[in-house]
Amino acid sequence: MKKFTYTEKKDTRSGFGAGLLEAGKANPNVVALCADLTGSLKMDAFEKAFPERFFQCGIAEANMMGIAAGMTIGGKIPFTGTFANFSTGRVYDQIRQSIAYSGKNVKICASHAGLTLGEDGATHQILEDIGLMKMLPGMTVINPCDYNQTKAATMAIAKHFGPVYLRFGRPSWPIFIPENTPFEIGKALLLSEGSDVSIFATGHLVWKAIEAGMALADMGISAEIINIHTIKPLDEKAVIQSVSKTGCAITAEEHQINGGLGDSICQLLSRHLPSPVEMVGVKDTFGESGTPDALMTKYGLDSKNIVFAVEQVLQRKKELAG
Amino acid sequence: MPTTEQLIKISTQVRRDIVRMVHAHQSGHPGGSLGCADFLTALYFEIMKHNPAGFSMDGKNEDIFFLSNGHISPVWYSVLARSGYFDIKELSTFRSINSRLQGHPTTHEGLPGVRMSSGSLGQGLSVAIGAAQSKKLNNDSSVVYSLHGDGELQEGQIWEAMMYAAAKKIDNLIATVDYNGQQIDGVNDVLSLGNLKAKWEAFGWDVLQMNGNDMKQVVETLQNARQHTGKGKPVVILMTTVMGYGVDFMMGSHKWHGIAPNDEQLKQALAQLPETIGDY
Repeated sequence: MKKFTYTEKKDTRSGFGAGLLEAGKANPNVVALCADLTGSLKMDAFEKAFPERFFQCGIAEANMMGIAAGMTIGGKIPFTGTFANFSTGRVYDQIRQSIAYSGKNVKICASHAGLTLGEDGATHQILEDIGLMKMLPGMTVINPCDYNQTKAATMAIAKHFGPVYLRFGRPSWPIFIPENTPFEIGKALLLSEGSDVSIFATGHLVWKAIEAGMALADMGISAEIINIHTIKPLDEKAVIQSVSKTGCAITAEEHQINGGLGDSICQLLSRHLPSPVEMVGVKDTFGESGTPDALMTKYGLDSKNIVFAVEQVLQRKKELAG
Repeated sequence: MPTTEQLIKISTQVRRDIVRMVHAHQSGHPGGSLGCADFLTALYFEIMKHNPAGFSMDGKNEDIFFLSNGHISPVWYSVLARSGYFDIKELSTFRSINSRLQGHPTTHEGLPGVRMSSGSLGQGLSVAIGAAQSKKLNNDSSVVYSLHGDGELQEGQIWEAMMYAAAKKIDNLIATVDYNGQQIDGVNDVLSLGNLKAKWEAFGWDVLQMNGNDMKQVVETLQNARQHTGKGKPVVILMTTVMGYGVDFMMGSHKWHGIAPNDEQLKQALAQLPETIGDY
């Protein structure tokens, strides 16, 4: 297991804010829209630098999505910013008809996804958004894992034509992806090679997977850690290649097990390489108020949950081989 | 510049197209389509500066139109074809498998003239505002038009968009409401819109009114509306129409919102709508 350390923690939403500013500098067609959450989304720097390209929509997310879709006509590249819950479930039909079905080049940027939003509780902690977005034909779905990757992803999607859902979060999180690591949409990132089990993780759970990998190494288990930042299109080749070697897999995400990354990987493996899989995610329940750490522990999204899932999947692999 | 008589000839043919299209596959929405035939004919043949032969999604330096109440696709398809966006022969494929003329308009099949999918109601005003803002960013002085059903105004997103457009001074937009007072479940009483003019005015819009089935008045009002652009306010036209206009047994009845005529009814309807510029 490769050693991972970090010296700094930062929120992924700040990575979005920094990336948006860079995207705005690089391309005058980049515009940003926000539904009364400019500070929370860290869009202030863009607003300050490009006031004529920043559109405050007020608390009216449905209208914001429609305006973003309309702005693409004439060549603008709109980035919408609000919380993940209001970026997806609240405006699903607007995204479905005016953005996805219409093939519009809108970047739906969603902060405060998942449980790590914390104390605001279940009304705001959307855990279904990856599923909602990945079901839409033509939608690209990205959930970066740290500040640097979120910044790079934000800049990358500005150069990609087509609708994108970019999901990030609120809490301070370890920065472990080296700055200036190229971000390639749809390309899995191999973080550490291993031979016993493949761990596919997305978003905040990538750091948890790394912690788990280090703990597993101490137990004599060699885990391959793969960062799936793009859930759709899934890097099928990378998944198949890894599981062909290890023979079993763990998926880890801050999302419902239904409809998330694990679901995509299981679909792929069941078609091409049936193998034991254990899924770490939220198990068909809503969240609640609490600190991010307390919530991750209570809902089974800690590194020790990944370690436990690995022990289970290795047992199943052994039984199958036996 | 076509004369009023020439425009009426075109709108009569458009009405003929509508009835034939809906009859052919026994599916579609004739009522609202017939009611809006004069408006769309005037818009595409007289008012808008547009480029049917060289359709581009971005529509830079062209006037562009969004149909928010997408179910009246028959009238739009007919007007698009007749103004040169695609061959009128394609109208015969309406609502059939592998057609670009989907039940509700879409960009998905690449039909020239369509810039946004619509059908799920209440979304087109926001889209039109976005396109109008895009034009402003591009220093493009052309105008964005949109059409909405009156029943569609029951959707909350419309009111979000109304508030936004006035606050942001979107004055290169002319929205029109097909004020026929009817929707699927009935006449006026489904959910009252109250004093619609006062509501748009209270939201900060410049409100015009017209009879949408009087071609001369439609052209004059649309020309006048253009003079109201660029003055800091979005413009809306409350357009009174008769649902099913031009076919006596369909007129004024919400029952023809989404029902196709049978063979006998088609014959009766076409007898009232003479072929003027040639059937597809």
